[in-house]
Amino acid sequence: MLSDRKLVVRRLGVVGYAEGLALQQALVAQRAADEIDDTLLLLQHPHVLTLGVKTGESRTHVLATPERLAELGVEIHETGRGGDVTYHGPGQIVGYPIINLKPDRCDVHQYVRDLEEVMIRVTADYGFQAGRIQGLTGAWVVADKIGAIGVRIQRWITSHGFAFNVTTDLDFFRLIVPCGISDRGVTSLKRLTGRDIPIPEVEDHLVHHFCSVFSRTL
Amino acid sequence: MAEVVMPQMGESVAEGTIVRWIKKVGDRVDRDEPLFEISTDKVDAEIPSPWAGVLLEIRAKEGETVPVESVVAVIGEAATTVAAPVAAGEAAKPAPPAAAAPPPPAAPVAVAPAPAPVAAAPAPVAAGGEAPRPAAAATQTPIAEEGHKQKSSPLVRRIAKDHGVDLSQVPGTGLGGRVTKDDILAYLDKGGTPAAPARAAAPQQAAHVPAFKPGDNVEVVPMSVMRRKIADHMVLSRRTSAHVHSVFEVDYTRVAKIRQARKADYERQGVKLTYMSFLMKAAVDALKAVPVVNTSIDGDNIVYKKNINLGIAVALDWGLIVPVIKHAEEKNVLGLSRAIQDLAARARAKQLKPDEVQGGTFTITNPGVFGAQFGMPIISQPQVAILGVGTIEKRVAVLEDDAIGIRTKGYLSIGYDHRLIDGAVADEFMSHLKKTIENFDPDAV
Repeated sequence: MLSDRKLVVRRLGVVGYAEGLALQQALVAQRAADEIDDTLLLLQHPHVLTLGVKTGESRTHVLATPERLAELGVEIHETGRGGDVTYHGPGQIVGYPIINLKPDRCDVHQYVRDLEEVMIRVTADYGFQAGRIQGLTGAWVVADKIGAIGVRIQRWITSHGFAFNVTTDLDFFRLIVPCGISDRGVTSLKRLTGRDIPIPEVEDHLVHHFCSVFSRTL
Repeated sequence: MAEVVMPQMGESVAEGTIVRWIKKVGDRVDRDEPLFEISTDKVDAEIPSPWAGVLLEIRAKEGETVPVESVVAVIGEAATTVAAPVAAGEAAKPAPPAAAAPPPPAAPVAVAPAPAPVAAAPAPVAAGGEAPRPAAAATQTPIAEEGHKQKSSPLVRRIAKDHGVDLSQVPGTGLGGRVTKDDILAYLDKGGTPAAPARAAAPQQAAHVPAFKPGDNVEVVPMSVMRRKIADHMVLSRRTSAHVHSVFEVDYTRVAKIRQARKADYERQGVKLTYMSFLMKAAVDALKAVPVVNTSIDGDNIVYKKNINLGIAVALDWGLIVPVIKHAEEKNVLGLSRAIQDLAARARAKQLKPDEVQGGTFTITNPGVFGAQFGMPIISQPQVAILGVGTIEKRVAVLEDDAIGIRTKGYLSIGYDHRLIDGAVADEFMSHLKKTIENFDPDAV
């Protein structure tokens, strides 16, 4: 019987965006050289707006002026991931899987669907049914996005990943048009359940479902 | 000389957008060195070069979306980069003179057809020291050759070259008409003859005509996501199905009477009894009687749907959405009315769940509410037919005893996919629908 591949989970707490980016780059290189196992980073970022590679478009999806952003303490970063503009901040669990999709998971769309599945299952753990909307990547509760996805793949090694709103201050999303989609909203576990759910508890759920969806063991 | 194609990044991935070229034309690249970046869905991927050599030509610009397996770049030996286009022109087969098109800005490169080795220059200046205007033969031929270049692997092309076969003459059975190794071997087995002169250029896309010029008095508003999706789907459907339309006039007088008699009863149960209530029931009955209307086409197969999932188009201030009544065949007039009332209300409140707009097997749209006598609707893919309901109103009619009277009437139109449904079948479906409406059983309401 084949055993599941090993997954190392690193819970990093609050990490600056640039720092997280550098760490990911280092880990991608190490994973490519087979120096490390598949790794899932779980962390939170301070307030930051990140622009995907479609920057030409995504700039216009930042609605706030640079002055207003500075006043709120929100940084702006350009990144190498897919997708449009995204907000990250406290209360949102960011997951960066650095995993090798070879040999059996070489399908970028399937990878995105799998990340959605992880977030859908976690949402279900809290009693809410999330789903997919065709053409709009992410995990959606009715018409509100609870989990966003932006992925980069280099020789089938993944980086960037997903962002799942737990107790995120959703007002910060008003600074942007999330992912360039203007007619939909955002939500969080807190908004849905009316409770402040501890981040580590949700991380446990994410790890559990990540392992089961991707057939990995800790 | 080797081509770089848009890689297939998974079974479901049909195309990719070039986000960035990491290497420039003229750059040396090693095998497996990152060459360009693509984006598909929410994924960006860095694509390593499949070959070592010099990047001779970039065929897909940044921002361009191309199908998988189409050629995006050409990599070759450094030596070929200094060959002058004059030499390329001489080596080329005679080609009819054509007006020299200005070279594409992204690829200032002259390419000659096989059997001559491709000659390319990194910059127009190097290509003879003239203005950027390569010889006519050199710019004109790649277009004609593109057809087979896009659709074969280096191995297949080598076999073709060794046997003097023009690949454009070989029927391809691979992805996107690609000529596989088996195809060319089979062709040679059958005694395929050496190449005829290059075939005519592949049809070019119509030139993009700008909708406005800088300085025009216009306001440019980006389309919403919904608008873009509707736009894409409508064009896709037109391209997919062989649309034909047929129009019937239906007498609703009997249904109008039943509606008057039963309306209050329904309202007490919180349900509005509308003409649509009757039409949905009649459509379900007709779909049961003519099941080929409740199908999809899958390749060469006809997929009969065991359930009837009725999509009902709902106009929104900001677009259009088609919620779906699942298992409509299990519902009576009351159940159908209740279902559509609920779905339409939630559609307008943006409260629909994703699966409530999916899985439709047949659609009804109602242009009549906006005053249209009848519509010529476009099919919602992958369905094969759509019913359009025109305005229902009192009209002067010739009655059975040749008297002139007033009847409640309206037009029903059907758009159907003639690949699968012939006129006689569509009309059989519509006749069934008409008969059901005109003889509606009051006890069924």
